[in-house]
Amino acid sequence: MDIKHITSPLQQEVIKKLAVGDMVSISGRIVTGRDQIHKYLASGGNPPIDLSGLVIYHCGPVVIKEKGQWKITAAGPTTSVREEPYQAEIISKLRPGAIMGKGGMGEKTRKAMSECGCVYLHATGGAAQYLAECIVKVEGVYLEQFGQPESMWLLTIKDLPALVTMDSHGNSLHDTVLNDSSKRLEGLFSQPFSVRK
Amino acid sequence: MYDLIRKTSTVLPEDVTLAIKKAIAREEKSSVAEQTLDIILKSIVLSSKNGLPICQDTGTVLVMIEGRPDKSIFHLEKSIKDAIRKLTKEGILRQNCVCPLTEKNTLDNTGKYVPQIHFEPVNGPTRISIMLKGGGSENMSTQYSLPNSKIQAGRDMEGVRRCILDAVFQAQGKGCAPGILGVCIGGDRASGYLIAKKQLFRKLDDKNPSPVLAALEKTVLKQANELNVGPMGLGGKTTLLGVKIGHAGRHPACYFVTVSYSCWATRRYVVELNQKGEIKKWI
Ligand code: SF4
Repeated sequence: MDIKHITSPLQQEVIKKLAVGDMVSISGRIVTGRDQIHKYLASGGNPPIDLSGLVIYHCGPVVIKEKGQWKITAAGPTTSVREEPYQAEIISKLRPGAIMGKGGMGEKTRKAMSECGCVYLHATGGAAQYLAECIVKVEGVYLEQFGQPESMWLLTIKDLPALVTMDSHGNSLHDTVLNDSSKRLEGLFSQPFSVRK
Repeated sequence: MYDLIRKTSTVLPEDVTLAIKKAIAREEKSSVAEQTLDIILKSIVLSSKNGLPICQDTGTVLVMIEGRPDKSIFHLEKSIKDAIRKLTKEGILRQNCVCPLTEKNTLDNTGKYVPQIHFEPVNGPTRISIMLKGGGSENMSTQYSLPNSKIQAGRDMEGVRRCILDAVFQAQGKGCAPGILGVCIGGDRASGYLIAKKQLFRKLDDKNPSPVLAALEKTVLKQANELNVGPMGLGGKTTLLGVKIGHAGRHPACYFVTVSYSCWATRRYVVELNQKGEIKKWI
C-alpha cells in the first residue's frame, strides 16, 4: 500500500485530497488533548496556542523529567468517542487540520469535518512504544492544572503511521465496518449453538 | 512486588505475544489488519527491550492473593502499595487514579479502594495474581440479564452465545481489538464481573475442564472472528485472541452473563511466593 507523507499543520488542499483508507505518515508539530482539554476548549476556554491546521492527538502520554528535560516514555491514542460531545464545537471554532485517536467518532464530528475541512486519523491503540519513538521533541506543555496525562503537550513528531478513517467528504470507515459486522452478526445469530453429546 | 509489577507493565505475557504472531500470519498480506498487528508487535518488542510500558495506559492494578490468612498478608499489602508508588514515580505506571469527589488525580496510583486487593484464604503456598487492566477496554465490559428480548437471548447456552457475540459487536475496535474475553455465566451483579475478570488469568492455550464451556469457547472465538471487526475495528480476520468462560451458581430469579473485555495488551502474571515472600516461581 502507498503511504502518503503529510506535515502538520495541514494545508486545506492536502486535507481535501485525503480519503478514507489512505495510509499516512505524519511529521511536524502536533498537540495532545483528552477529556479535560476538550471540556475546557468547548466551554469557551482559550487555547494556549493557535490550533489552526494542527493535528489534535487524543492521547494521555506517560512523561518523566530527565535532567530538566521532558521525556515521553509512552504515547498511544485514547478512545476518541469520549470527546464526541465537544469535538464538533472545537473543530468549527479552532479549525484544527486533523483529529487523531482511536475508535473513530460520531455523526456530529463527521458533519463538522466535512463543513470545516478536517480529517480523522486512526493511530494504533496501545502501540505506545512504537508511537513514542516517533516523537522527536517535547516543545512545551500547557494547561498543566489538568494533571500530566490530561495536559496539552506540544510535540514534534516524525513519520508517525496512521490511517485516514474519516475524511472531509463525509465518509467513515467505522460506519462501513459497523454495518458490515452488523449483517454478519445477524447471520451468526441464525446458527444456534448446540453441544453434541 | 516491584519486579512483578514492573514486568507486568513492560513485558507482554508469552502466550499473548504468540497469539498476535499467529494472527499476523492469518491476515492478508499488506492489508490494514496485517499492518496494524505488525505495529503492535513492533511496539511489544520495543517495550520489553527498553523496559518501558507496553501501553501508555498502564491500567488499574488488580491484585488477587491466595494463601494462609496470617500476618504476612499485611506486609504484602504494604509492599504492593510501595512498589506502585515507586513505579509511578519512575514512569512505569501512569498516574491513573482520580478521586471522583474532588476530580483530582491522586498522582501516585493509590486512593480509596485503589489498588484493588482481593484475598482468598487457601491452605497452601501464597500465590499472587496481578493484572493491569486498561481503561479503554474496561469501558467495553458489560453485563446482560437474561432473558434479553433485544438480542433474543434466553436462559441457555445459546442465549449466552448471543450475549458474547453482541458484546464483541458493540465493542467494535474501541477496546483495542483484538481482545481477550473473560466471561462469567451466573453469579450476581458484583461477583459476575470479578469471576469474569479472573478468567483473564487463564493461559490462552489452556483447556476448559467443562466440555460444554470448552465447546462454547471454541465456537464463540471462531464466530467472533467472522464478524470482520478486525484489529482496532478497521476490518480483518482477527477480532479476538481468546475467549475464557467460567461459571458461578445463580439465584433462581437471576441469570447474568458478564463479559470482561481485555485489549490485546492483556498484562497479567501469576507467581508463587516462598516463605520469605520472594518469588519462587512464575506460573
Ligand atoms: S485498551 Fe488496552 S491497549 Fe488500548 S489504550 Fe487501553 S490499555 Fe492500551
